[in-house]
Amino acid sequence: MLEFKNICFNKDGKEILKNINLKLLDDKFYVITGPNGSGKSTLAKIIMGIEKPTSGTILFNDIDITNKTITERANMGIGFAFQQPAVFKGITVYDLLKVAIKKDITKVEACNILSKVGLCALNYVDREVNTSLSGGELKRIELATILARKPILSIFDEPEAGIDLWSFNNLIEVFKQIEEDSKGITLIISHQERILNIADKIILLENGEIKEVGDKSILKDIFSCPKGGDLCE
Amino acid sequence: MSSLLNKIINNKIEEADSYNIRENGKTVKRKENEYIKIVNKPNSKGIDIYVKEDTLFGIIDIPVIISESGIKDVVYNDFHIGENANVIIVAGCGIHNIKHKTSQHDGIHRFYLSKNSKVRYVEKHYGEGTGNKIFNPITEAYLEEGSTLNIETVQIKGVDKTTRITKAELQENATLTINEKLYTEEEQYAKTDFIVNLNGENASAHVTSRSVATENSYQEFTSDVIGNTKSFAHVSCDAIIKENAQVKAIPIIYAKDASANLIHEAAIGKIAGQQLTKLMTLGLTLKEAEKMIIEGFLK
Repeated sequence: MLEFKNICFNKDGKEILKNINLKLLDDKFYVITGPNGSGKSTLAKIIMGIEKPTSGTILFNDIDITNKTITERANMGIGFAFQQPAVFKGITVYDLLKVAIKKDITKVEACNILSKVGLCALNYVDREVNTSLSGGELKRIELATILARKPILSIFDEPEAGIDLWSFNNLIEVFKQIEEDSKGITLIISHQERILNIADKIILLENGEIKEVGDKSILKDIFSCPKGGDLCE
Repeated sequence: MSSLLNKIINNKIEEADSYNIRENGKTVKRKENEYIKIVNKPNSKGIDIYVKEDTLFGIIDIPVIISESGIKDVVYNDFHIGENANVIIVAGCGIHNIKHKTSQHDGIHRFYLSKNSKVRYVEKHYGEGTGNKIFNPITEAYLEEGSTLNIETVQIKGVDKTTRITKAELQENATLTINEKLYTEEEQYAKTDFIVNLNGENASAHVTSRSVATENSYQEFTSDVIGNTKSFAHVSCDAIIKENAQVKAIPIIYAKDASANLIHEAAIGKIAGQQLTKLMTLGLTLKEAEKMIIEGFLK
């Protein structure tokens, strides 16, 4: 379980997050959504330790992790897929997967992980994680590093950003699979209705505050179809 | 001697088709065959290596070892590569200096590549011990029509001062590839100059330098590529800088013909925070993440 207690985050004199109180339960699939600038990414980074809250406490399975480093949190079972994956000169997909999984794996094992994110593995395992890969390919490799770790809490920051429609369709399948297999908490930041559709709970963030937590019906106003009827696809 | 040899030569020297081991200014061991001849220059100032035309996949090792302190060894090695020959030359210099005197090795390597020949030249510099260690390699390459020269140089720590000069003249359809890897620390100083003349039509040069400068070290990279005719060059200099180190990159590309296509890219910067953060989210500590990024960069 992950629990936020009175989390506030200020930057450059601006209140980005205002007194967030929230509990995320095990084996649930959460999606955080909300307008740009509402504080979604900041909230996710605070969980991973990439940003430090100005005040408040975060508990992960009843342990206070507020002052723990990124590395400590990673080793406690928190995983984070970045919106814009980092690129590395000279580091291959295989190198990265070995670090992610914390042991020496064979290329065949690495290939199996890559095929879960729809990459034809043999073509990718020895490639460098650099700008010669497309945005969609980098994104899937990023996802693969998270899947490889099997975290207790997996955070995905806008997995749909920067990828084409074809890749997006595959991505939905990957998340459906995660949803079915998930043994821990999955938290996705997304604006995509198709991702919202597979969530157990949706958290709506606005101006740094939690406006609502619930099922898809809380977004009725946002996704309501101008022609009447239910949610627009 | 053998431990120093292992640091600079990756292959097993006995298995090379031919070799010449030079220790403290003198040839101590040599092997030749019917395709590869090694001839002494007067006053043991170096060797001429003759590779017969059409020699295929020959491996030539020419390591230099300096284990006595205070030696200044200047050696001239000339490689005469016959037409259509294809060889790998592994050179390297190891200095073991535990005394206060300066040990210095200045290797002057000249390559004469005949028509359609291919050479892969691998050079590694390694220094150990607290005494001052200086390397000043000069490489000159003359590439005739259709020939190819790949140069790989590696200098990882241990060398106090180095000034490397590489000059090349390329004729029609000749290709030159240079890959340089450099890591400096403490007060080390490393200067590299590449001077490439593209003289023949469709000659091409590809120069890639990757370096890491740490602590108080200084690196300077100059590349001066001149396209005298329809030709292509791509020079890329990429450096990671840490602590109080300094890195200077001076790109010169000079097109003397409207159909010369010359590109230079240079980037100097510290390790990107995003890279470190990503690796830390995979469970590495900051130090481990830095190490992995640097090792990958210089791989």
